[in-house]
Amino acid sequence: MRFEMLASGIDPMHQFKIETLVPLHVGTLDLSFTNSSLWMAIAVIGASLFLTLAMGGRRMVPSRMQSLAELSYEFIAGMVRSTIGTEGMQYFPFVFTLFIFVLFCNVLGMIPGSFTVTSHIIVTFALAMMVFIGVLLIGFARHGIGFLGLFVPAGVPVFLLPLIVVIEIISFLSRPISLSVRLFANMLAGHTMLKVFGGFVVMLFGAGGALSVVGIAPLLAITAVTALEFLIAFLQAYVFAVLTCIYLNDAIHLHGDHH
Amino acid sequence: MDEGHSDAHPETHTETGTAGHGEGGLPQLNPDYFAGQLFWLAIAFLFLYFVLSRVALPRIATVIEERRDRIADDLDKAKELQAQAEAAEKAYIKAVNDARAEGRALADQSRQQVKDETDRQRASAEAELDQRLAAAEKQIAAMKDAALSNVEGIAAEAAAGIVERLTGTSVPADEATRAVQAARS
Repeated sequence: MRFEMLASGIDPMHQFKIETLVPLHVGTLDLSFTNSSLWMAIAVIGASLFLTLAMGGRRMVPSRMQSLAELSYEFIAGMVRSTIGTEGMQYFPFVFTLFIFVLFCNVLGMIPGSFTVTSHIIVTFALAMMVFIGVLLIGFARHGIGFLGLFVPAGVPVFLLPLIVVIEIISFLSRPISLSVRLFANMLAGHTMLKVFGGFVVMLFGAGGALSVVGIAPLLAITAVTALEFLIAFLQAYVFAVLTCIYLNDAIHLHGDHH
Repeated sequence: MDEGHSDAHPETHTETGTAGHGEGGLPQLNPDYFAGQLFWLAIAFLFLYFVLSRVALPRIATVIEERRDRIADDLDKAKELQAQAEAAEKAYIKAVNDARAEGRALADQSRQQVKDETDRQRASAEAELDQRLAAAEKQIAAMKDAALSNVEGIAAEAAAGIVERLTGTSVPADEATRAVQAARS
């Protein structure tokens, strides 16, 4: 009985539940300010404050915070420059915003009791669609109908061409899905795993006796997984930004031939 | 990661069925909250984009650029100073070499002067000695001549006396002298 109550108390999916904080209904749409909105706001305001206040000193020899802000700037600027080239720098603020937003949402999600904005497929899908539509717009604006040449790789035997073009189109269309699902699934799986291990620890210690000794195993596991999750939080933000750069490069230089 | 939720949700265990609605299934698949999330995501993302692209990123860019310029400036200055130092070193070496050459020239000059002086002194001493020698020789010759002329006189007198004693005829003095001179040569 007690066991069951505990188990229901640590439902690993509960952490993903949206809870309305300030109701707001527009017509039939529910635009309420929820815990998701709250953590988006915290991420966005936190990132803005960090990146503006850290540079407040404008020091020649940077403070720790300033060098962190500069480091993230140089990191993304270097990424954009190396994957797209200097002409890609006009999209640098967008890529940087994307990276910082995903990074802050991922990392803030690691705070116990917080809400992981990026663990919701609708959010990651919206971000991915933004990239996808942006790539389409930039591609057609730059190359006109010639952008469709993206689906015709050079040096492919003619008899294979129909097959290759179909494959290229499918892979292009699946980009927003893979981009969004990758981030969403990583966050979902990681946080669920943390919760499940955490539930084991609570249940085993709660059971007392020999079982509390066994409880040390999931405790060690959750410690390791927490460290791993911090790495993944950064890594997924990085992957999202890198893939965005690669897709933008396709839109700007059709076959990635910017060298 | 959140505590609470101790108040029982009996639906939590009925996992199947109402996916996307109510408590069952993944909350992520509940479309009731899609519109709200998209709405707030748009606001949040646009806000962040404007703050970063208008304020934060230009500020970071200027600081990095200023630093890069400053470093380049400092490097230029350092290069300039190094060039100056090299020029100074060159000038120093040149000055040392010049001084050395000048010293050598001065030494040569003074050596030459001393040599000239001694030469001159030796020459004058030699000339004086020659002069004295010549004077002495002349004196000796004069004394010799004088002595010889005295001898001639005595010889002529003696010859005249001898002739007078032997023959009884007196010989005039100048004839005796002539005769002595003829005999000597």
